[in-house]
Amino acid sequence: MYNSPDAVTRSLCVLFLAAALSACGQARDEKAEVATVTPPVASPWQSNYLDIGRTASPAEIAAWDIDVRPDFVGLPPGSGNAVQGEEIWLARCAACHGDFGDSNQFFSPLVLGNVTAGDIESGHVAALKDPTRVRTTLMKVATVSTLWDYINRAMPWNDPKSLSTDEVYSLVAYLLSLGYIVDGDFELSNENIADVQARMPNRNGMTQEHGLWKVDDVPDVHNTACMTNCEASVEVASSIPAFARNAHGNLRDQMRIFGPFPGEDTGIERGAETAIVSVAEEPLEPEAGLASSAPMELLAANSCLGCHQIDSKLVGPAFTAVAEKYAGQDDAVVYLSRKIRLGGSGVWGGFMPPMAQLSEDKAEEIARWLAQ
Amino acid sequence: MSEKSGREIVPQAYAPSPTVTERPGSFGQLRKAPESFLDKSTIAAVSKSGIDETRRQLLRTSFTTALAGMLGAGLSARALASQGDPDILTLPPWSKSLGNAVATNPYGQPSKYEANIVRRQSPGLTQTDQASVSFSPLQGMFGMITASGLHFERHHQGWVDIDPRRHRLMINGLVSKPMVFTMEELMRLPSVSRIHFIECGANTGMEWGNAAVPTVQYTHGMLSCSEFTGVPLSLLLEHAGYDKATAKYVLAEGADGSSMTRTIDIERALDDVIVAYGMNGEMLRPENGYPLRLVVPGVQGVSSVKWLRRLEVGDMPYATKDEAIHYVDLMPDGQHRQYTSIQEAKSVITSPSGGQRLLTKGYYNVSGLAWSGRGTVERVDVSFDGGRNWYTAKLEGPVLPKALTRFNIGWNWDGKPAILQSRVVDSTGYVQPLKRQLKEVRGSRSVYHNNAIQSWQVTESGEVENVQLT
Repeated sequence: MYNSPDAVTRSLCVLFLAAALSACGQARDEKAEVATVTPPVASPWQSNYLDIGRTASPAEIAAWDIDVRPDFVGLPPGSGNAVQGEEIWLARCAACHGDFGDSNQFFSPLVLGNVTAGDIESGHVAALKDPTRVRTTLMKVATVSTLWDYINRAMPWNDPKSLSTDEVYSLVAYLLSLGYIVDGDFELSNENIADVQARMPNRNGMTQEHGLWKVDDVPDVHNTACMTNCEASVEVASSIPAFARNAHGNLRDQMRIFGPFPGEDTGIERGAETAIVSVAEEPLEPEAGLASSAPMELLAANSCLGCHQIDSKLVGPAFTAVAEKYAGQDDAVVYLSRKIRLGGSGVWGGFMPPMAQLSEDKAEEIARWLAQ
Repeated sequence: MSEKSGREIVPQAYAPSPTVTERPGSFGQLRKAPESFLDKSTIAAVSKSGIDETRRQLLRTSFTTALAGMLGAGLSARALASQGDPDILTLPPWSKSLGNAVATNPYGQPSKYEANIVRRQSPGLTQTDQASVSFSPLQGMFGMITASGLHFERHHQGWVDIDPRRHRLMINGLVSKPMVFTMEELMRLPSVSRIHFIECGANTGMEWGNAAVPTVQYTHGMLSCSEFTGVPLSLLLEHAGYDKATAKYVLAEGADGSSMTRTIDIERALDDVIVAYGMNGEMLRPENGYPLRLVVPGVQGVSSVKWLRRLEVGDMPYATKDEAIHYVDLMPDGQHRQYTSIQEAKSVITSPSGGQRLLTKGYYNVSGLAWSGRGTVERVDVSFDGGRNWYTAKLEGPVLPKALTRFNIGWNWDGKPAILQSRVVDSTGYVQPLKRQLKEVRGSRSVYHNNAIQSWQVTESGEVENVQLT
């Protein structure tokens, strides 16, 4: 939503190609330069295109112009209570964000208790200096208008723009109450939202002094184009650890199959001689429990371990419980690999998101391990 | 892509032509190149100690064995080896058969042998597939243009395929005449075609702390370069009569569920921004914003709003969700940098690169990409010894502002360990920084705008690995 200043001239500049830009410029600013569009001399084969496009109606603008600025221009009047907000939250938001906005299952947590009364006082969230703390939305966001606009335009995740204005106010109030920025029964409205802004814990936490806004800004990091004897010593500080070599899948299959630089076969151990044969001929080890044979890299790389543990329930069921449930079922591998890739709900209570990033082979590998 | 073990390529993305009968296991199969008949221990031993009589014999035996493995029934390995290359001596099926009809594939597809060169996700990077990234396979690409099907994807709430007949562009705010355009009207207006890179601000973001991902696809693949066709934004702003006295920013908004919004300063908006519908000679792909997107050259990709539905002229930045919660760069003092936009000069060697292998000593063409959000690529230097000494590479033309520039340099690999790096200098004189120089100023938690010099280590066995230096 734009700030409608009185100064704006509402009359349409009558623009003909030759005079178009300068005419408009004169109305505003004699010195204004037009960077890209240089009006060509009027010619019969380049006629006036200013009849193209039409005026937007007020109703059309109202339908689409939904943005809310930090100074609350564009914020529709309305109100909502944090108590109502909690009800709407549980129905529309909690499945992804958790009852208290703390879930890490689908998105980074919104709230984790890392915002303090001191932060609300200072306007700087102190925990942002601590690399061990998880960064949440309430720690980062400086402007309450952003929360309102975000929820209003893009939430819920799978049903955006379905909330009423008052529902958005209620949800913002509930979210703020989770961070103790407002009380648990706070009524947020267009009248008092500016007071809430004054309590935003990271309201002073943003800087625009960084040299990366404009093309001609001065950069903040400098190197020189040294050509000879530039480094006294060259030391490798980090590389991909051996256990993670195959974490992105076999790199051999991600490179062109011919040419000067074929892909490294990361499905085998580094330095293994005649490796493909020896791996294939390796006798199968006797079964020694689910944990010892777990495809840990695969599980770790695909966030499986965020919700599942080997032998205890976390968010989802323990892997041992899954294995037990489907033991002896003929189509267990097919069933489980399908479940892994497509997600599911109702079997264990709650639901599992689809793991579509897994190839069928990888999903099958996990399923085979579970069904073994 | 094939994830199976063994050397078989099983193309899944592209169906083989129905008119050609193939013998299973014949030309769908990749044979080891003649150079790779050696196992790693032999390569290492030869590299270390040279070739003595024992090893010479071993090489002979290995070569014969390798050849024998390559041959079909009929001729003995020894007989053919003495006469020449069996791929020349025995005519292949494609030389002895009728080829496919025209328009067998009405929309052309890459060869099935190219099935490995596709966009990929980085496992575990995101928890959902709709707010996620797929990376361009830079390791398999040439020149400066990204094939449209390989352009990286970054969506915030999934991608949509919009009916262009129902798509509208609105311009409102500080304008004398708020306007609406249909696609037909936009495509009647004067257009420009320009080549520009689009790089996500988070490209190389996984590498701030340490070497984290194995290949250039994942380290640098949120980067693509296309020829975009559309209406200059400046023309549309003039057309709607933007208020020159008060207009300071333009807000761009998408038509998708996420309705992405980003603030663009008015100088940028009037400079070289394009309201684009064309990409590499065809319409935009749905994943890249069909039928209309903004292209903000030199600025992080998030500002090039896809599925563009609205432009609003205003007088202050908007602090939208992707300017105040996401896409903010955390500094060591706990402050976040907001509206970081410019993609500073950056370069990377794409071949050879992480996860690839050099098969023999000798000559290689080392090739890579360089770009700058502030102008053109002035020069690229390449080091083979971890940054001790540098050699200037050859730039392939055309060298265009805010576009990818391909560089090449010859290299004779002596079989010893090496560390390859590239360093770009842009038209403003800015020199691409070392990782430690970036970290000194910005720490390692900013996620965005990592344009550090990339290091690829080549081991004695020819393996190329992603490493970071002290």
